[in-house]
Amino acid sequence: MAAVEIPHDEQAFIDYVQSGGQVETTDWMPDEYRRLLIKFIEMHGNSELMGVLPEREWILRAPTLQRKLALTAKVQDEVGHAQLIYRVAEDLGKPRADMLADLISGKAKFHNVFHYPTYTWGDVGVIAWLVDAAAIISQKALLKCSYAPYARIMKKICWEESFHILHGRDVILAMVTGTPEQFGLVQEALDRWWGPLMQFHGNPIPAADDPMFKWRIKSQGNEEARQQFLDGYVPQILELGLELHDPKLRKRDDGVWEYTEPDWDELKHVVTGHGPKTQERLAFRQRFLEQEQWVRDIVLAA
Amino acid sequence: MNGRRLDGARQIAQAAASPAPEREVWEVFRRERKGQPFEHAGSVVAPDADFAEAWAREQYGRRGESVALWLVPRDQIRDVEDWADEFDLKYRRVDGYSIKARLKEARERAGTAAPGDS
Amino acid sequence: MSAQAPQLLAIADDELFLGWRESEWTGIAPMLEEDVAFSSIAQNEIGHARALYQLVVGEDGDADALAFDRPLEEYRCAPLVELRLMEWAHTIARRWLYETADEIRLAALKGSDDPAIAGLAAKIDREERYHRMHAEMWHHRLKDEPRFTAAVEELWPYALGVLEPELRGDLAQRVGLAEVDAVERGTHTDDLAPMWEEMTMVRRSAPAGAQW
Repeated sequence: MAAVEIPHDEQAFIDYVQSGGQVETTDWMPDEYRRLLIKFIEMHGNSELMGVLPEREWILRAPTLQRKLALTAKVQDEVGHAQLIYRVAEDLGKPRADMLADLISGKAKFHNVFHYPTYTWGDVGVIAWLVDAAAIISQKALLKCSYAPYARIMKKICWEESFHILHGRDVILAMVTGTPEQFGLVQEALDRWWGPLMQFHGNPIPAADDPMFKWRIKSQGNEEARQQFLDGYVPQILELGLELHDPKLRKRDDGVWEYTEPDWDELKHVVTGHGPKTQERLAFRQRFLEQEQWVRDIVLAA
Repeated sequence: MNGRRLDGARQIAQAAASPAPEREVWEVFRRERKGQPFEHAGSVVAPDADFAEAWAREQYGRRGESVALWLVPRDQIRDVEDWADEFDLKYRRVDGYSIKARLKEARERAGTAAPGDS
Repeated sequence: MSAQAPQLLAIADDELFLGWRESEWTGIAPMLEEDVAFSSIAQNEIGHARALYQLVVGEDGDADALAFDRPLEEYRCAPLVELRLMEWAHTIARRWLYETADEIRLAALKGSDDPAIAGLAAKIDREERYHRMHAEMWHHRLKDEPRFTAAVEELWPYALGVLEPELRGDLAQRVGLAEVDAVERGTHTDDLAPMWEEMTMVRRSAPAGAQW
């Protein structure tokens, strides 16, 4: 039987991906699809790479050998994810050096949560538990992405993220069962991260208006992801005696979560390069990229 | 069909013209357990086989998820993606045969058809 | 066993601080692929330290207490592993020198009369084999690079200090450098105190015995 033909015109291609068809690197694809894929995948790779920085600082401060090893392994996984994801974008035609240059210059974006500072070991626990929980919801949905090489690596990524959530939850459990001060660190961190977490999945734009849906690069709505996050994690947070300071937060009888409207202006402001740590972290990344350029020149030179 | 394929291939060739030379890309295949086939896992960019091994070992095996890896320079892979099936080649497949009707006839002739057969 | 404890502690402290130092590259190594590989090495070194501490304190002892809770002057690590070297030529130079020295030291330890020590040394050595492959691979790539050779020369007296005097000739032969005055174990560099401050800051923020 002949291989499945990828339709050669745009509308037929859209119908093909909308009906569950998958696309491989060597298949024909519309330019717009390739462009949007690169944009989406590149931002994902950037987020993994920038997500390394807030946690990396705590690798040196981890309070036990076990935590030290687990946190190092988590940050290592994120670098590994960046590598896997950038490889997919590279094969679509954008060189890694260009992606890193666009990241440093602020032309390309990364996820809102990685623009914020960390203050205590409580932040380390909340990031590993809840930020990774929010991320895994989006990433699991990407298992159904129409671009097959991207969907395939998501399996490995989701598998590794599941360890992070476990590590994060364990850090949190140790602290909420520890001294009152330790419990306090978790509550303070949760208060700091709740706003950014509620913004994480983006504003609830209708699927019809989102070009990522049209090409089935994404197949999960922003609000759907947020609801899934709230449904999964609000009970887990509250059962530990932690508090969520949103007076409107409640689950309706029909199962839908209500909450105070997240600050979408803040989200936009932050992801466009104006977060509290955006410039410092980009400068830090730039410093090491430039400092170690000679190594890449020697090692990767043919 | 060939035109489409070539078109796709040309896009990729153009796309691949600007990034790092192809020989720096190593395709990685991993075997999860003894007895399992190798499956494509992903790729690493590496300057030679030693770096490719060191890096793939960690990227695709650090949690004990592989018992063996194959590393193949991408440009050493011959890619085969299209088959011409313009005429009826069903005789090579299961759906190319309709045994049932003939078997029934044969049984009837031989008088071996079971009472319930229809 | 107890007679060997000071020696085991010295090796454990070497592995701990080197692993701690090298873990700082996680997330910012020159290539993403190398980042992942280098981070595994750092984790392995810390894993070795933990196993060695456990051997010193016994099965029910607290390896973390040994790793974190001693006064600074009681750490027995060699000055080589204390240095903060956030630059790749120096980082690889130290890696290569340390692994070469460590191989010599582990070979001696594998011959220990104590089966627990010999067994652990053999186990560690099996993992270090990959570290040596990694170090050799990088050494091969960088050996003609002036900033790398300069880094090796600069760190050479420190590398000698990792080993007991009687093993240093072997090291000199393997790396192809002449023996010089070593920077000896027992002295500490200025880099150790700030590092210890940082690595214990979270731990010290709660009363002793708190769980993390």
